[in-house]
Amino acid sequence: MRTLEQTTQEILELATKHFKVAPGSLKAEDDFYKKLGIDSLQTLDMLSRLEDHFHIELPDYEVQGVSDFKTLAERVQARL
Amino acid sequence: MLDLSKYSSIGEAVRDALETWPREVCLYESDRSEEKQRITYREFKERSLPLAKWLEDSGFQAGDRASIIMTNQSKWLISAYAIFYCGGTLVPLDYKLKPEEQWTLLKHSAANVLITEYPIWRQLSGSAGRAEVPNVKTVLVTEAPPNADLAGAASWESAKGSGQPVFVPRKRDDLACLVYSSGTGGTPKGCMMTHGNYLEQCVALTSIYPFWPGVKYLSILPTNHAIDFMVGFFGPFICGAAVVHLRTLRPEYVREAFTKYQITYVSLVPLVLKNLQKGLQARIDELPPAKRRIFEQLRNINKALTKSRPLLPFSRLLLKQVHDAFGGKLQAIIVGGAFTEPQTLQFFYDLGIPVANGYGLTEAGTAVTVNDLRPFRADTVGKPLPGMEVRIVNPDADGIGQVSVRSRTVMAGYLNEPELTAQTIVDGWLMTGDMGRFDATGHLQLFGRKKNMIVTEEGKNVYAEDVEQAFEGLPVKEYCVFAANYIWPSRSMVGEQLVLVIHLDHGQSFSEELGKEIAVRNSRLSNYKRIQGIVVYEEDFPLTASLKIIRVSLAERLGQLARDKAILPV
Repeated sequence: MRTLEQTTQEILELATKHFKVAPGSLKAEDDFYKKLGIDSLQTLDMLSRLEDHFHIELPDYEVQGVSDFKTLAERVQARL
Repeated sequence: MLDLSKYSSIGEAVRDALETWPREVCLYESDRSEEKQRITYREFKERSLPLAKWLEDSGFQAGDRASIIMTNQSKWLISAYAIFYCGGTLVPLDYKLKPEEQWTLLKHSAANVLITEYPIWRQLSGSAGRAEVPNVKTVLVTEAPPNADLAGAASWESAKGSGQPVFVPRKRDDLACLVYSSGTGGTPKGCMMTHGNYLEQCVALTSIYPFWPGVKYLSILPTNHAIDFMVGFFGPFICGAAVVHLRTLRPEYVREAFTKYQITYVSLVPLVLKNLQKGLQARIDELPPAKRRIFEQLRNINKALTKSRPLLPFSRLLLKQVHDAFGGKLQAIIVGGAFTEPQTLQFFYDLGIPVANGYGLTEAGTAVTVNDLRPFRADTVGKPLPGMEVRIVNPDADGIGQVSVRSRTVMAGYLNEPELTAQTIVDGWLMTGDMGRFDATGHLQLFGRKKNMIVTEEGKNVYAEDVEQAFEGLPVKEYCVFAANYIWPSRSMVGEQLVLVIHLDHGQSFSEELGKEIAVRNSRLSNYKRIQGIVVYEEDFPLTASLKIIRVSLAERLGQLARDKAILPV
């Protein structure tokens, strides 16, 4: 079982790769809308990637109002 | 389609629809790739009447208000009908709002019943705002896990009264819905929409974009939004058509739904439409050169032959692959909620996919003008719908002035805001605050706004005043939020943004620390409400005797500054 830190790190790595940003430039506290310049649709797309990676089902409502990686990682962790 | 001239209320018309098409499917509900259920009109009735009876037994009466905060799903529509059946007024709220914002609007609306989903209720019930809203006495929660703590709510699935509920008739002038066009932070703008407003709007819209049994409308825009309420509930129901709900709005499942259900209509906000365009363009760009050339030739043939009007069967044959990706039965994409860039509209039309763009606002009962596609004019928002009188007030030398509307679809006013209502509806004309002009062929063109607000590409109205609370206590002498286009009028509806104007204390400089403080407060706002620039103003703000900022004067003074130099990044 992953720790929350590991989950967070994996999410940051996935986002770094998917949105093609400089390695190491994303932090857990970052607002991903702002940092990645993405909209709500791209966020939904990111969720699908997370589901594939972690082999979980993440309903859309789980990420309502979530805009930072840390909270997102907590939501993922709760479903692992 | 039912003859709506015979009806006085939404409830009455839907009640007849349920009797008229008992065997037709009215709702499909899918979660990811799996269809969870399909419901006929008869089953819809069988599921909604016990809920109506339960509401009736719990003391819910004619004129009482009941709010729905749910994602798009069958229980949204079943609940709405049960509320109308009891003669209630529906308060549809945005499920994407934060819990405190939802409580603010629940308090303002004076709703005494709330119907919501378990995940939403979990957040709402734990929010401090709940204590301040004693008016919400009954809460029904859908899909709660067994033995879950419902925090004083009752289970929606168990809310079944026995026996036949009494249908409560309503008049056309009675309030059907309270729809919040904005105002979670400042003055809540609760548009009082009557049954007559909806009946008239439905007749107008379906005269151009008809529904019939067999039509499948894909409901993606939130149903609390005026557009989806009309074309994703009332419109299809009074025509015997069906609505498709997806519990997951991931792009891959939306794409799948088009082909799986052979969707006839869908409504999208410009942001989603642009995203679709991007996806299609990427696929076109990937074609090998020879195939690409053939594709371009076919697209050019389609463009030439559909210049004066759409020829759907022809376009479907000519550009089969594109149309097949949309299920092959798509009649039109309805786009609304915000201004759509002409090049996006033209992109789809050239592929033989009509995009029904238009212009509307909640206050006017949704749509005011719609592109009738004869011919398609991407550079306009179409012509006024039947029954709409639209005029341009105080036009300038170019014919551009404020768009005003008179129609039976115009709201009765803003709840508890007589002054605001009097400023907005003048001698029966709704002053929209949008600037426009008619061209020689009677098509409306829009050129910016007169209002201190923006509309995002996701169709969200954001009034500058509503955002100000987030900066309360900011260590500056004074501050104010403006729509940049309000300060520097622009004849454009795209790229709108909010800016924070600050006046520093004597001797204070714009420090890095202050910049960070603004950024942190900004990040606490919902994504679409955030300011995108800061203006440092060096003079005192003009104030009234009661020390309120005179925004109009301040905007005029700020307008003297050069826009590009004045706006600093957040």
